[in-house]
Amino acid sequence: MDNERVDQVKVLAPTGMLGAGFPEATIERGLALGADVISVDGGSTDSGPYYLGASQPKTTRAAVARDLRVLLKAAAGAGIPLIVGSCGTSGTDSGVDWVAGIVADILAAEGLRLKVARIYSEQSTDVLLERLAEGRIHPLPPLGELDPQTLQSCAHIVGAMGHEPIVAALEAGAQVVLAGRATDTAIAAAYPLMKGMPAGPSWHAAKIIECGGQCTSNPRAGGVLATVDAGGFTIEPLDPTAACTPILVAAHMLYETVDPFRMREPDGTLDVREAVYTALDDRIVRVEGSQFHVAEQHTIKLEGARITGYETMSFSAIRDPHILAHIDDWADLMRTMIRQRVEQTIGLGDDKYAFDLRLYGHNAILGDLDPAAGPPREVGVMLLVNAPDQSTATAVAKIANPLMLHLPTADMDYLPSLAFATSPAEVERGPAYEFVLHHVVDTLTPTDMFRTEFEEASHHA
Amino acid sequence: MPETAPTTLGDLAYEVRSKNAGPFWVTMELFMRDADGYRIAADETFLNEGTIARLYGLDEADVQMFRIPSLNVVKISFPRPVSQASLRDRDVHSGQHHVPLAVLPVPAT
Repeated sequence: MDNERVDQVKVLAPTGMLGAGFPEATIERGLALGADVISVDGGSTDSGPYYLGASQPKTTRAAVARDLRVLLKAAAGAGIPLIVGSCGTSGTDSGVDWVAGIVADILAAEGLRLKVARIYSEQSTDVLLERLAEGRIHPLPPLGELDPQTLQSCAHIVGAMGHEPIVAALEAGAQVVLAGRATDTAIAAAYPLMKGMPAGPSWHAAKIIECGGQCTSNPRAGGVLATVDAGGFTIEPLDPTAACTPILVAAHMLYETVDPFRMREPDGTLDVREAVYTALDDRIVRVEGSQFHVAEQHTIKLEGARITGYETMSFSAIRDPHILAHIDDWADLMRTMIRQRVEQTIGLGDDKYAFDLRLYGHNAILGDLDPAAGPPREVGVMLLVNAPDQSTATAVAKIANPLMLHLPTADMDYLPSLAFATSPAEVERGPAYEFVLHHVVDTLTPTDMFRTEFEEASHHA
Repeated sequence: MPETAPTTLGDLAYEVRSKNAGPFWVTMELFMRDADGYRIAADETFLNEGTIARLYGLDEADVQMFRIPSLNVVKISFPRPVSQASLRDRDVHSGQHHVPLAVLPVPAT
């Protein structure tokens, strides 16, 4: 990419998540409006630690391929770069390679020649242990100081890159950038920053468009186009029937953020306390006054997931009004009986495994926080067992099986038969994971934790 | 005279929502319908860190509140009480935890 300075940069954000889909016409519309770059997020931590721990994408290959085909053809046709962040949901190295494989297949099938950069964000435990020993890793609230054993327990660790590695790849001539874990905003801020746009509007615009059309009156109609310039940015939906309003745009700063006014990025903090949102017409909004304070120390946030055990799930259901009228007592009896039977049959004390008994239809979601009361009409009973290995988890669930089928309340003198949802009742869930890192590394340089590889896509004529 | 249900925060809002803010935080927003509703939701003698701590079983010091009159919004953030997707987590996206806040009765006028 040439690095010529320009007056404005138009960023096309087609959708909040690669693979979620968008109308093809919205991309044509974005190109017609003069898009300079297409940026799309390929991941998130929001669906839980499994995707990082197991290094598996949440999205299905066909959905990712469908979106990429449209975007690669659009980018190639218009001669503009395509930037994909957090490839493969978690941004692990195999997630980047998974997306790169899909891209290579599409480029070959469409006869397109584009220079592809892969930016890897997975972190070496050994290097992080050195950084920890050097005092260069710090906790973010609510977590505390990092323990070396926590680092060693992680199945995968990624660092969330800022714009710098992406800019470096673009400056080296990449037309398609496939980034590992990146902040949701870095992928959209990279090109405006590279073209010399001010940091405040670049990062603020990036935050507003990170979820595609979520800042519009019709989020399902497609994404948005943000135009960043020296004085601020404007934002408009790609679907001509959808609208951005000052309230919708301002409200998006609230979405999935702890603090709606300040947001830390690797090289500083976006500050929107002074931002002013103005309607230019009934569907385009102008934002001015966004600020960015460069930090003294550049930092990279780590994400890491480890295995907590192996899980087996069982699901039964109750319709009998007598049991439902005493459902909490029934559940207490169930917990006691499971512990007793497990001790009796496999000699396992309750410190060797754990289970959660959830009463869906009664209080499964909120538990003791639930403000409502009263007997439910029917209740789904989920038993979730976690043990150090799969066979133990399944053994516990199977020991519970006769109870999940026949457990009466204390005052019943006969055995009810409850409603199993499936046969067999038990489902092995495999390893279960938890996020254990919420720490930042003081970097040596903004790019030193990331590795970039280039390839000229092979052209199968 | 039949007893009427008390007015709740949810009655005065067009949306009350909750969501993860990363794996370690929960955040909630009360989008109030108008300035009158906002005045009630933003009243610190009614809705404050202590109220939220009691509703959600938290330590008051962990609760952060943001009152945004330009949007008629009150936003609340606190550390996730249960590790995301762990054995005891029943709401992976924290998307249903707005309900205790939404059904909170507002002070009688």
